[in-house]
Amino acid sequence: MEFAELIKTPRVDGVVLHRPFMPTVEGTLCLTGHHLILSSRQDNTEELWLLHSNIDSIEKRFVGSLGTIIVKCKDLRVIQLDIPGMEECLNIANSIEALSTLDILSLMYPFFYRPMFEVIEDGWKSFLPLDAFKDLETMTDEWRLSEVNKDFSVCPSYPPLVAVPKDIDDDTLRKVASFRHGGRFPVLSYYHKKNGMVMMRSGQPLTGTNGRRCKEDEKLINATLRPGKRGYIIDTRTINVAQQAKARGGGIESEANYPQWRRIHKAVERSNVLQESLIKLVEACNDQSHSMDRWLSKLEASNWQTHVKEILTTACLAAQCIDREGASVLVHGTEGADSTLQVTSLAQIILDPACRTIRGFQSLVEREWLQAGHPFQQRCAQSAYSNSKPRQEAPVFLLFLDCVWQILRQFPCSFEFSESFLVLVFEHSYASQFGTFLGNSTAERAKLSLPEKTVSLWSWVNRPQELERLTNPLYEANSLVIWPSVAPQSLLLWEGVFLRWNRSSKCLDEAYEEMVHIIEYNKELQNKVNSLRRQLAQLETEDPLLQTP
Amino acid sequence: MEHIRTPKVENVRLLDRSSGQRKASIGTLYLSATHTIFVENNPETRKESWVLHSMVSSVERTPTIPAGSQVILRCKDFRVFQILVPQERDCLDVHTSLVRLSRPEKYSELYCLSFNPNVNKEERQESWSFMDLTADYKRMGLPNNLWVSTAANSEYRVCETYPSELFVPKSATPPIIVGSARFRSRGRFPALSYFHQDTLAAVCRCSQPLSGFSGRCQEDEAMLQALMKANPGSDYIYVVDTRPKLNAMANRAAGKGYENEDHYTNIKLHFIGIENIHVMRSSQQKIIDVGEMRFPSMTDFLYGLENSGWLKHIKAILDAGLFIARAVADEGISVLVHCSDGWDRTAQACSVASILLDPYYRTIRGLMVLIERDWVSFGHKFSHRYGHLDGDPKEVSPVIDQFVECVWQLSEQFPCAFEFNERFLVAIHTHIYSCQYGTFLGNCQKERRDMRLGERTHSVWPELWKERAQYTNPLYRAEQSQSQGVLRPNTTPYCFKMWKGLYNHAEKSTPPRQSPADFLSTVREESQQLEEELANQQEVPPGGTPPPSPGLQTRG
Repeated sequence: MEFAELIKTPRVDGVVLHRPFMPTVEGTLCLTGHHLILSSRQDNTEELWLLHSNIDSIEKRFVGSLGTIIVKCKDLRVIQLDIPGMEECLNIANSIEALSTLDILSLMYPFFYRPMFEVIEDGWKSFLPLDAFKDLETMTDEWRLSEVNKDFSVCPSYPPLVAVPKDIDDDTLRKVASFRHGGRFPVLSYYHKKNGMVMMRSGQPLTGTNGRRCKEDEKLINATLRPGKRGYIIDTRTINVAQQAKARGGGIESEANYPQWRRIHKAVERSNVLQESLIKLVEACNDQSHSMDRWLSKLEASNWQTHVKEILTTACLAAQCIDREGASVLVHGTEGADSTLQVTSLAQIILDPACRTIRGFQSLVEREWLQAGHPFQQRCAQSAYSNSKPRQEAPVFLLFLDCVWQILRQFPCSFEFSESFLVLVFEHSYASQFGTFLGNSTAERAKLSLPEKTVSLWSWVNRPQELERLTNPLYEANSLVIWPSVAPQSLLLWEGVFLRWNRSSKCLDEAYEEMVHIIEYNKELQNKVNSLRRQLAQLETEDPLLQTP
Repeated sequence: MEHIRTPKVENVRLLDRSSGQRKASIGTLYLSATHTIFVENNPETRKESWVLHSMVSSVERTPTIPAGSQVILRCKDFRVFQILVPQERDCLDVHTSLVRLSRPEKYSELYCLSFNPNVNKEERQESWSFMDLTADYKRMGLPNNLWVSTAANSEYRVCETYPSELFVPKSATPPIIVGSARFRSRGRFPALSYFHQDTLAAVCRCSQPLSGFSGRCQEDEAMLQALMKANPGSDYIYVVDTRPKLNAMANRAAGKGYENEDHYTNIKLHFIGIENIHVMRSSQQKIIDVGEMRFPSMTDFLYGLENSGWLKHIKAILDAGLFIARAVADEGISVLVHCSDGWDRTAQACSVASILLDPYYRTIRGLMVLIERDWVSFGHKFSHRYGHLDGDPKEVSPVIDQFVECVWQLSEQFPCAFEFNERFLVAIHTHIYSCQYGTFLGNCQKERRDMRLGERTHSVWPELWKERAQYTNPLYRAEQSQSQGVLRPNTTPYCFKMWKGLYNHAEKSTPPRQSPADFLSTVREESQQLEEELANQQEVPPGGTPPPSPGLQTRG
């Protein structure tokens, strides 16, 4: 297929672009296979480059022969294009619609994108399971790296290498896989260095209505317990939903078969409910005519903040079991690829200072989301403005980022990265020139040869000039476990994402720059003082007269 | 003191949830003439908690339980102390004493009249001269050929609740002033609040006219005409009635109301719709309850926030200020602001407008001047509104709380625009209620003069000024764009947040929440020390002994 077939009108002059809080621009609109470009042709300053894959939906309107296209993006921005000529406008609109809904992965922009920067470190190779396991080996010898899934046949959504208890062999793993949803047998998610406790994750057990049991499954998870100690199973469904799952072959770990485990049900909403919340929330944020009462009631009705609180609460619970109770934890919901990952990854943010660094956070996203098989392609296919009937779209990952932002806001000095890093990761998870978030699993990524054919987001981020932009000037490494407040009074709407295009950020940006300035100036002074002191010390040794008596 | 039934109770448990405490501590409770004092038994810390009697808004005794009886102290700064006393008898005594002590009946019982910091008479006098409103008018460029100081109200002859020094248009002669005062509630005739040098437009204030359905007054009409003429570039003025139009209309039936546009030429009436003090009182109680909710769901919280109506009221006040500021700065039109008596909503609207219009009021000293002018001198009824003495509970209302919160909401939108930080706003809020200083005592200038407060109490302003280092916003830069010119806040509902610093003390995160502002202040302090050290090092004469190094602190 040729892109040219889809582009009915490649170029229109005299198009006017309206963007919130920016002056309008008149210029030439061009459509390419992957971009919508508007150029004023004046010093190249006022240009718009918009990836088609960032377009969530469009609306067209006509007044006489002047057409208007409202473009609603996945990053929640809304822009307006005034296009003279009804035919041109219709052509452009149809082309954008066709180009932005292409779902053939191999035609996506990352396969065509050539980096304009020098790749210092290939992000595709930065966070390999093997390296993560080497770190683990320095702390414990109770785990091994299994190749049982090396051809993705045991669990299609797992990576080829996973960490499992040392005493559990691959045959056992195969049997356990057949007992867990999607073959997602329990694997190591996190090792808590402080007390040797672990967090594992999996899919639900396939007990069905007749209470099928699997001795190997019991053996596997019991292998992670210390003698005489109990563990916790955190099920992210309500007890009712979990019971109902039995009818469809799923189920729960019964007390009889898992006597050493205590099961806790903490409901985290499922995908379709989350998608609906996102749509309602964004709608509320975009309507500036609301009265205070209406705004607060719409915010409440969207339930978004409720989800944030639920997820954070469950993550705190998991972290508490590990750090305070000194117990090991297994987390799962149904598939173990959505709410499960929200909980396990946030628990690590709370427990592990390494996850609060820029690199550590990338590693967390790699391990707990990409390699753990969160179906990004499905979940991020559409965002809040989609008109089409939702299929499997859900802001699962965005909610995770929102929760990280809440913790960051409560502990502004404990994170190496700033809010802008989280916003950047959000944007790229929905539309990107990089291949990182393409596909639904490691298997799919391997099949598409993404590491060979596309550039990793991390290759771009991990360069000094980008890192500098994303670093939190207030950061001071702190080795503590941080317990966020989950009281509703402490949780705020993530303005950086949801109000980003609805208000001017000038004053907040100025404040940020001032903050950077204060800290840079301090560093500069410290360097000066230190070098003077060194000079002084040197003088003292050279000139005995200068020595203090 | 006669009201103290028992001065000391041992083995008392105190729970101060507002400071993040989760478990009660055991200690001894003392009652003094001015404070409730709790001293922890723990020999290592011996932590003391002092609660000023005048800060207590209510004392409640809960039914006796086996462990003893409980007294709950709710304070005017929204902190709550739970005190468990082992013996019911002692508890009864503590309760009875505190009920009486927290409701003084006479000014002489208030703390400021017994508070005696270690200063002599001259220093006390000096403390009162720290605040100089004449200097502020001078800063605005007054008097000039448009606005003059009038002696009409000297000895409070025309209006008891106004200050003795006031600015009016040059053409407003004493007969016009006196006539206009007769036609206005409580004689509060139109007078200048703020003069904007850039556009020559002014913000003026007064009370409602006694117009009823058809009443008119030539002098009052002449007064408004004079206001317009004092702004040479304009041919009309705005009259901003800060009340909801329905309330204003209802007042007409009582012989009051608002200006009839047929009688006043060249005015444009504008209603804002700020609710009255009774609505605000009950709204604040609701937001306090929201802040104190334990383990609410998100729905409970957001519903409570909406149901309180508090943010809606804050928005209305900010919108009023913004309307005035825009008229003055963008259109160059003078504005006359009033409500009913012109001492509550009018004070809010005028002072918010001044904050938006003039960067000076966004400094530490400037905010003090502004509160002194628009609130203290213009007869805002502090003692009634903030319950300094036991009196009519219907007079109590959080009018200035709302102004202070408007400033806080603005500082969230403009982080570099204000020289002061949140702590300064909270400190002002506390002092308004505490009666530790005489500044906010009484209901108008005349009352304060009659009580000779200048000789008997101290002023709070120089005390706050001395402490300014801890009240400074590290991000403030006088030369930054948002620190200059007119502020134009976004008042879309989503720009307003609940003020946690005031209404939600209890924060259950560990380790305690980090404050970027405090962190930056520390860094700036350290930078100053480094600068000094650098200066010192460079002053070393060749061959001389270097000065002792002050010892570098590492950032922590």
